[in-house]
Amino acid sequence: MPVNAVSLCGLSFAYHGNDVLKDITCNIVAGDYVGIVGPNGSGKSTLMRCILGLNRPYAGSITLFGVPRESYTDWRRIGYLPQGLQMLNPSFPATVREVVRLGRLSAKRFPKRFDKDDDTAVDKALELMAISDIGNRLIGELSGGLRQRTILARALVNEPELLILDEPTTALDPDTRESFYATLQDLNRNRGTTVLFVTHDSATIGLYASRLLYLDKKIVFYGDFGQFCESAEMTSFFGRQGQHLICHRH
Amino acid sequence: MIAALCSALGVFLVLRRLSLIGDGLAHVTFGSVALALLFGFQSVYTSLAAIPCVLLSAFGILKIAEKAKIYGDAAIGIVSSLGIATGIMLASLAGGFNVDLFSYLFGNILSISREEVLITAVLSITVLLVIALCYNDLLAVTFDEELAATSGTRVERINTMLVFLTALTVVLAMKVVGIMLISALLILPATSALQLARSFRTAILLSVALGIVSVASGIFASFLLNLPTGATIIFVSFLLFAASFLAKRLRASR
Repeated sequence: MPVNAVSLCGLSFAYHGNDVLKDITCNIVAGDYVGIVGPNGSGKSTLMRCILGLNRPYAGSITLFGVPRESYTDWRRIGYLPQGLQMLNPSFPATVREVVRLGRLSAKRFPKRFDKDDDTAVDKALELMAISDIGNRLIGELSGGLRQRTILARALVNEPELLILDEPTTALDPDTRESFYATLQDLNRNRGTTVLFVTHDSATIGLYASRLLYLDKKIVFYGDFGQFCESAEMTSFFGRQGQHLICHRH
Repeated sequence: MIAALCSALGVFLVLRRLSLIGDGLAHVTFGSVALALLFGFQSVYTSLAAIPCVLLSAFGILKIAEKAKIYGDAAIGIVSSLGIATGIMLASLAGGFNVDLFSYLFGNILSISREEVLITAVLSITVLLVIALCYNDLLAVTFDEELAATSGTRVERINTMLVFLTALTVVLAMKVVGIMLISALLILPATSALQLARSFRTAILLSVALGIVSVASGIFASFLLNLPTGATIIFVSFLLFAASFLAKRLRASR
């Protein structure tokens, strides 16, 4: 029986009395690679934040690996890349290594000291994101793309089973973007990492994700790409051109 | 010890854009000291009596910002002005300022009693120990609260702890530099260190070193030149900041 990495049941969230998410129910099966798309303000980032406990829904429930979110504590299993890291204080004095190592805190108990195993894990994550050579540079001095890769390395440092990425490629140049997607695909196929990623890039999502979740405050579509591309209902919803845009490179 | 304490905490506060919390809590300390003097507390007991009021105000800053959904600086402004107003009101009720209140406003390290030194030492060691034990959580929250939360760090708890440690530090530092100048001791060594540091650990260590140098040489210079101690310490701190800034510019131009 497949294990659910994330289960959402009747999830609703409102901001200042306005519903941002309404009655979201779906399961993300362990090993899935799910792309979440939708128009601006459709609740994509809010959904990620609810899953992570950063926003509190007013109704519904969330379970992570079978554990209710309210009592979930095993954060080693989850890696997260938030949106908007470009706002980072440019004079923040932490090195790339120090930032990536912070990801290991989730595996620590008080007083949360780092050891050689943590250094080895950091080395591996830096290598994976091809940033071993900048480990001692200050994060504030890096370009947007290198910062993004640093935070990704931080998300990957525990070899998480679930990766939640909120618009992960916005600051990346085309080459780095390709290599980033290749890394994600490798993690998904060879390590079984569940990937849940929000993107505006509907045109390329079909290249990588195996499942599509189209959100517009409620779930418009959730299923395999094949189903989406063949669905007459979706054609009427998006129009032939819109559906083609999402499907044509898949 | 006070210098080390202010300088270490200062790095976290400056990076969290909470630099002025020291100033706000210092103003509250003014009100608290006035209250303690009104009730007849003397010497070391004045500081001890001020601690609960300042801790309560620190908690108030956090809650006002959270519940009223306003920025931290506005919450600091509200609590700070209330502190000053309380101080002035109480001083007026007591029949005007007296010499004790004046020494708290501008600091007088030479007037510190043996008991005050002992209590300051014990509390300073406690605060430094808490910072050392929670260093990685403090760094995580300072870097990014949401990333810290998704790594299992109890962000709210760490934020409350940081503000409480600052409140305690402000009370401990008031006799050294005075209520009016405490925030400078929190901000200047930290900002100087941030000009030069090449890692977070270095930033903390450098800030502590610069803070100790500022206080030690400030005391020495004030004794030698017969100047007010608190003000001299701040001038030395500023000179170190200017030197750090120039050193950074020089390094960048190479």
